[in-house]
Amino acid sequence: MIPPAFEYVRAASVDEALAHLAKYGDDARLLAGGHSLLPLMRLRLAAPRVLVDIGRIRELAYVRAEGGELAIGALTTHHAVEQAAAVATAARALADAASVLGDPQVRNRGTIGGELAHADPAADYGAVVLALGGTVTAAGRGGRRTVAIDDWVRGPFTTALQPGEILLEYRAPAAAAREGSVYRKFARRASDYGMVGVAVRLGLGADGRCTSARIALSCVSDQPVRAQAAEAALAGRAPEGDAVREAAAVVLQGVRVADDPFCPADYRTHLAQVETARAIAEAAARARAA
Amino acid sequence: MAAVIGQPLKRREDPRLITGSATYTDDVRLPGMLQAAFVRSPHAPARIRSVDASAARALPGVVGIFTHEDLADFWKAPLPCAWGAYPLLKNPAHWPLAKGVARHVGDPVAIVVADSRAAVHDAIQQVRVDYEPLPAVVDLDAAVAPGSPRVHEDLADNISFTFDHKTDGVDAAFARADHVVRRRLRQQRLVPNAIEPRAVVADYRRADGQLTVWAATQIPHLLKIFSSGLLGLPEQRVRVIAPEVGGGFGSKLQVYPEDIATMAAAIHLGRPVRWTMDRREEFTSTHHGREGVMDVEAAFTRGGEMTAMRVNWLSDMGAYNMLNGPFVPILGFLVLPGPYRNRELEAHIKGVFTNKTPTDAYRGAGRPEATYLLERLMDLAAAELGLDPVDVRRRNLIRHDEIPFTTATGMTYDAGDYHATLDLALKAIDYAGLRREQASRRQAGGKLLGVGFSTYVEACGLAPSRATSSSAYGAHLYESALVRVQQSGAVTVITGSSPHGQGHETTLSQIVADRMGIPVDSVEVLHGDTQNTPIGLGTYGSRSLVVGGQAVVQACTRVQDKMRLIAAHKLECRPEDVAFGDGRLFVQGAPTRGVAFAEIAATANLGSHAGMPEGMEPGLEATAYFSPENFSFPAGTHVCVAEVDPETGRVRIRRYLAVDDVGVVVNPLIAEGQVHGGVVQAIAQALFEDLPYDADGQPLGASLMEYAVPTSMDVPDIESAFFVTPSPSNAIGAKGIGETGTIAGTPAVVNAVIDALAHLGVRDIDMPLTPPRVWRAIREAGTGGSSRPFAESGEGGRSA
Ligand SMILES: Cc1cc2nc3c(=O)[nH]c(=O)nc-3n(C[C@H](O)[C@H](O)[C@H](O)COP(=O)(O)OP(=O)(O)OC[C@H]3O[C@@H](n4cnc5c(N)ncnc54)[C@H](O)[C@@H]3O)c2cc1C
Repeated sequence: MIPPAFEYVRAASVDEALAHLAKYGDDARLLAGGHSLLPLMRLRLAAPRVLVDIGRIRELAYVRAEGGELAIGALTTHHAVEQAAAVATAARALADAASVLGDPQVRNRGTIGGELAHADPAADYGAVVLALGGTVTAAGRGGRRTVAIDDWVRGPFTTALQPGEILLEYRAPAAAAREGSVYRKFARRASDYGMVGVAVRLGLGADGRCTSARIALSCVSDQPVRAQAAEAALAGRAPEGDAVREAAAVVLQGVRVADDPFCPADYRTHLAQVETARAIAEAAARARAA
Repeated sequence: MAAVIGQPLKRREDPRLITGSATYTDDVRLPGMLQAAFVRSPHAPARIRSVDASAARALPGVVGIFTHEDLADFWKAPLPCAWGAYPLLKNPAHWPLAKGVARHVGDPVAIVVADSRAAVHDAIQQVRVDYEPLPAVVDLDAAVAPGSPRVHEDLADNISFTFDHKTDGVDAAFARADHVVRRRLRQQRLVPNAIEPRAVVADYRRADGQLTVWAATQIPHLLKIFSSGLLGLPEQRVRVIAPEVGGGFGSKLQVYPEDIATMAAAIHLGRPVRWTMDRREEFTSTHHGREGVMDVEAAFTRGGEMTAMRVNWLSDMGAYNMLNGPFVPILGFLVLPGPYRNRELEAHIKGVFTNKTPTDAYRGAGRPEATYLLERLMDLAAAELGLDPVDVRRRNLIRHDEIPFTTATGMTYDAGDYHATLDLALKAIDYAGLRREQASRRQAGGKLLGVGFSTYVEACGLAPSRATSSSAYGAHLYESALVRVQQSGAVTVITGSSPHGQGHETTLSQIVADRMGIPVDSVEVLHGDTQNTPIGLGTYGSRSLVVGGQAVVQACTRVQDKMRLIAAHKLECRPEDVAFGDGRLFVQGAPTRGVAFAEIAATANLGSHAGMPEGMEPGLEATAYFSPENFSFPAGTHVCVAEVDPETGRVRIRRYLAVDDVGVVVNPLIAEGQVHGGVVQAIAQALFEDLPYDADGQPLGASLMEYAVPTSMDVPDIESAFFVTPSPSNAIGAKGIGETGTIAGTPAVVNAVIDALAHLGVRDIDMPLTPPRVWRAIREAGTGGSSRPFAESGEGGRSA
């Protein structure tokens, strides 16, 4: 559990970090909270020659409600996400995830930028951001660009981020009236990665029917998945009874479900259905109260 | 003065432990110290064709890389197995580094020594070993089947040992039985995971051939004796120090390959060498616990009385016999009768070699396996006979007036009231109310409720010589103590036992303070250094108070006898009239006629002619050894109330109550702590932990990320109550508390979960009862499918 030797440089600003990345190229890795990268290095599964520490770039640690959107800086810790009042009102599912992600030490160090850049298929935010929608902003030597959240994850541990780029911000549409979101995580133990994580964002009309529905899951496959068939099953219907059952039944339609000795695929599929039904009910209750 | 025995004093060890100012083995720093790490086999069996260390040797900081062949001159004998004298044991050589063949994933192949931890970890990656993988022996049934590949090519089969026992009336009892319960019960493989990783520092002084070893061990004296023998060093030239040791649970009751290899490297290089385990290595190189399968059948009357039991137990030794590995199931055998009256028992135990990490003692060592078997049987009999599990237990529990009671395995239970602990537990949980709630929840849908019991007795205080001799065990498990009254009246106690988290310093001080009538704070307790402790056998088997405490009492008594003589001389009374109390020695019945404890201490230590009886030796010190006549027998009732979500299979423990008769409780705070920790480990086995292997002998989930040690969030508040019948085995009256939790707890939890699902037809779920397994059991019960080997139930009268 001792990593191979590496060099360490600290960046005081985004520009400085970009300059380091340009200089060291493929040899360099950004270091944010270190809670995904350092374990990999200690297990010698990653061996970057240079660590570019962006952890002190304070201007990237923020949560802001801006014109119907919620903006979260890349270096915002999970703990800060969990505590922020703006997150609780605008994107409750994100606060749910932050509150069950790892343990207090992890939440005090790990960052939303690191979590999204790392794109672990079992990461909790993976499902939440897909369900909430929105965009990711990245900066490179050539300037800034914005990627739609549905285009962000490209595969296991792979994102739309290009070499030399830094993730700056995640931006979600804030919850409107009669909109609610929830994240439910089912893990073996407190502080474990999930066996299933389900995020649901629902909007309800005055008649109680769904005007919008986004559902996404973590931990079920080699990347977070959007459950479009389940979303379709809810469209225009009240989120209860058969509608919920039908949505839950198709939640992993077309997904190659992860299978391991501690969580076989058939159980995981069943669990995803149960948790989806429960999450829809909770999101609906929140939407009604909002 | 208020009684000190029974006071919940805070542990005096804790301030230094929780402020990080204590010294563990890894904190030891010696000038010129080198770091060791091990190259380990990634294969379960593989022939080692060659080892190419040239690239590693060229790295900066690397001092040496050694294989078995390089160090073979340093070790004179293979690693020890304490049961070597048992005639039915085959004990293939186990060398500190693999010789020719590596037999399990993690088997050490080479030791690398470098000048820093970073350098040594770089180097182990560069050692190129050419392995030829061989077929793996993994499954226990397959391992004992004819034609199986062999773990040890020089043996005829994979049987480490056989042990057979049969009482006269077994067959007749089965022939008469109204009902026979048959099951295959499995114990999964557990990884001890003490919080402090294993560690050893070896310092060899060439000038005089002195080897000093610091080790995270439960057995400094045994490690010293074995190390000197294995390395061919004079015993007086080896000193082992167990500094602060952070937990063991049996995993540090061992003489490990890494210990001896590190010592050999230090001797070879003439420089101090330290090895500290990585947490990952715990999963493949620290001995594991439990794994085995038990095929059991038990004869019952219609009314639920057990009349005979047959057990075929395959116990997984892993790749080698470790220090006590083969003895673990034997310890289980001793308590197979449990607290029940049945005296007909047939048991066949086989130790089985497999290409997995070796197994050995893990908190409870054999007794959790035996208790699990019995307590599952009680519930299964109840279910199959349509009786209440509590009634079945009552029917079978030995009554208070039947004690002393000698069992089918020759144990003589000497004190206890098994019905009383059950009554206490039932009253505390409102059993009838729980059954009502269970019924209404089954009606209502949603979460289900179950109640699980475990009425247990265990054998602790290891171990009476009678038992060790008759079983060919290599040592009598006595314990020692030295008590020294210093000249100010302060008392030093030196125990031969070796704490690693149990709070001996506090508890033993209480015993001495109580006997001598002095403040607890004036007693200090030392331990763990073979240079200045009397030979003692260490801490395990709930023995430190029961056996070690009695040695302290005896040493105290000897010192007190001498103090009485001096006091009598001063007070002009008869020695037998001198009493101790309030820091004084006084004449019984005339408390004003007395002399300060400190004054006697000063007189004796200064050898003052004025105060000492004519001709008496100066000094106030005595050493005592205690070899017990009998085990002690903690017993009690554990109850678990569990909720099960039938949709997800998730289990939540709502309530856990332990009523334990551990005899006289010296420090209830410490005793409760032991119950809490033990019960958590029981819950861990019942619901969370498992290290399975695939068919190639690769462990699955061998890290703390996958191996699910429960956190404080995953376990309930644990209620602990004590019921006291003093043990006659020692003057304190204590029975031992260290293992009750793991011995009693596991079946209580499993029984609760299965009880919750009983109406669905679920009778069995293999541990750990994870959500997927619980869900599958519900589903298969519902569709009539079954994963149960002996699912047919109820039709009595079958006999084998
Ligand atoms: C014990 C433990 C338990 C955990 N449990 C969970 C859990 O239950 N659920 C869960 O979701 N996560 C869990 N995690 C992971 C945790 O959430 C991490 O904090 C997170 O995945 C990564 O964030 P970080 O800031 O630590 O990133 P780092 O480890 O610093 O970086 C991770 C990767 O992202 C890159 N990176 C970081 N920041 C940026 C950026 N701004 N732009 C571009 N690239 C960047 C790094 O170069 C690296 O490749 C756990 C971690 C630990 C150690």
